[in-house]
Amino acid sequence: MAATRPAARSSFPAMPEATVILNAPAIERALTRIAHEIAERNEASAEVVLVGIQRGGVPLAERLASLLAGIWGHPVPCGQLDVAMHRDDLDQRAAPVIHPTTIPFDVSGKTVVLVDDVLFNGRTIRAALDSLNDFGRPQRVQLAVLVDRGHRELPVKADFVGKNQPTSLAEKVHVRFGEPGRADEVVLERP
Amino acid sequence: MSWHRPHLLDIESLSAEEILTVLDTAKAFKAVGERAIKKVPALRGRTVVNLFIEPSTRTRTSFELSEQRLSADIINFTAEASSLKKGETLKDTARNLEALNVDFIVIRHSAAGAAHFLSRVLNTHVINAGDGAHEHPTQALLDAFTIRERKGKIEGLNVTILGDILFSRVARSNIWALTKLGANVTLCGPATLVPRTFEQLGCRVTHDVDAALRDADIIHLLRIQHERQRKTMFPSIGEYTTLFGLNKTRLAKAKPDALIMHPGPVNRGVEIDNEIADSARSLILEQVTNGIAVRMAVLFLVNGGKGPQEIAAG
Repeated sequence: MAATRPAARSSFPAMPEATVILNAPAIERALTRIAHEIAERNEASAEVVLVGIQRGGVPLAERLASLLAGIWGHPVPCGQLDVAMHRDDLDQRAAPVIHPTTIPFDVSGKTVVLVDDVLFNGRTIRAALDSLNDFGRPQRVQLAVLVDRGHRELPVKADFVGKNQPTSLAEKVHVRFGEPGRADEVVLERP
Repeated sequence: MSWHRPHLLDIESLSAEEILTVLDTAKAFKAVGERAIKKVPALRGRTVVNLFIEPSTRTRTSFELSEQRLSADIINFTAEASSLKKGETLKDTARNLEALNVDFIVIRHSAAGAAHFLSRVLNTHVINAGDGAHEHPTQALLDAFTIRERKGKIEGLNVTILGDILFSRVARSNIWALTKLGANVTLCGPATLVPRTFEQLGCRVTHDVDAALRDADIIHLLRIQHERQRKTMFPSIGEYTTLFGLNKTRLAKAKPDALIMHPGPVNRGVEIDNEIADSARSLILEQVTNGIAVRMAVLFLVNGGKGPQEIAAG
């Protein structure tokens, strides 16, 4: 096999090209701005709870909760939601890994801010809204995302956006946040 | 973490990693069972046939409830009510069900290999709910889940399975699961029901009940299955109870934190003393609760079956 292989370098697939679209300070600025926008939108601060969507949304929700606690001067409840059981594509792929769902408070009557890392086709958010219903009836639900990359397939719109990033379908957006020993960053990968 | 199988037919062919994937997934489903709304839409629009050719109440009820909590549509077949009574073959019964476009068949059958057979002739997902004396995979998975939940691990634990090993599919599936996960398995019971050949599966075999219980972290009792015994394998039930029944005197010699399991139905006063069955060390009812979570996890994973593991962000 090795002998028949052409020696030209061009026969190797091109390495994906990766661009950092948000670095750590930019992510922090975006989250700070989102926290202030959440505070501005919701005067009744005691009614606001945050719910991070597994997995990417969870560390972001925790960071937003601590930023909001600083703004409001009281702790802000923060939960985590896994939407795998509510997805609409379960029979099209291998069963996803399920991460814990922990919502240690009653969402009924509250303003729930759902937090996710990347908003793409909107199906995760639909599943999250469905799943949230099993825990109670929130007064309202708002959506905060770090990156909105477009390509919606459902009528979903974020209330708070860190960065709008137009992408092609072939591109990938990777959010790295709160991983020990690694710098926070958002990377756009082109094939 | 990976699962790429369209069926659950046995434990023997599973890897330790696959078993752990089921147990981890079951943990999430157990949490669903503790919510006010215990139902998720994961199998919405899918149809499950519970084909119980051999009588069963607890396994069938557990599967039914698991399927309902996954929002599946359910058809129940029992041997008495089906055309098998009229002489139809299993294959024909199953192919007729397939022609109705069902998605899953959960089968309990008195013949070993029935589930494997169906998986070869049908295009539906097949789950083995017990085939003869061969395997009862979901029982072994729920037992492993229960042990892991209570002891925090399985690796390195001493598990003693006591009773009718020869006729027990629960024992076989448990032996596979526990040895794959690194437990030390001891089998004990009358010599006629616990042949030395089981040592080939990587177990210790003893006919001395005190030796079997001494170091056990888990004491797994099996029912004496009268219906499977073609000839008497020991002189009398009374003698079995005297020699192998779990009573307070025997339990006092075991480790103080040894826990007791039983797949049910329990023959009180035969393999287990009344009081012990109801004590805090008995996990019998926890096994029943965990059965729902584990069966939900199996249905959920098998439904994925094949294809890439990744789910696109969005």
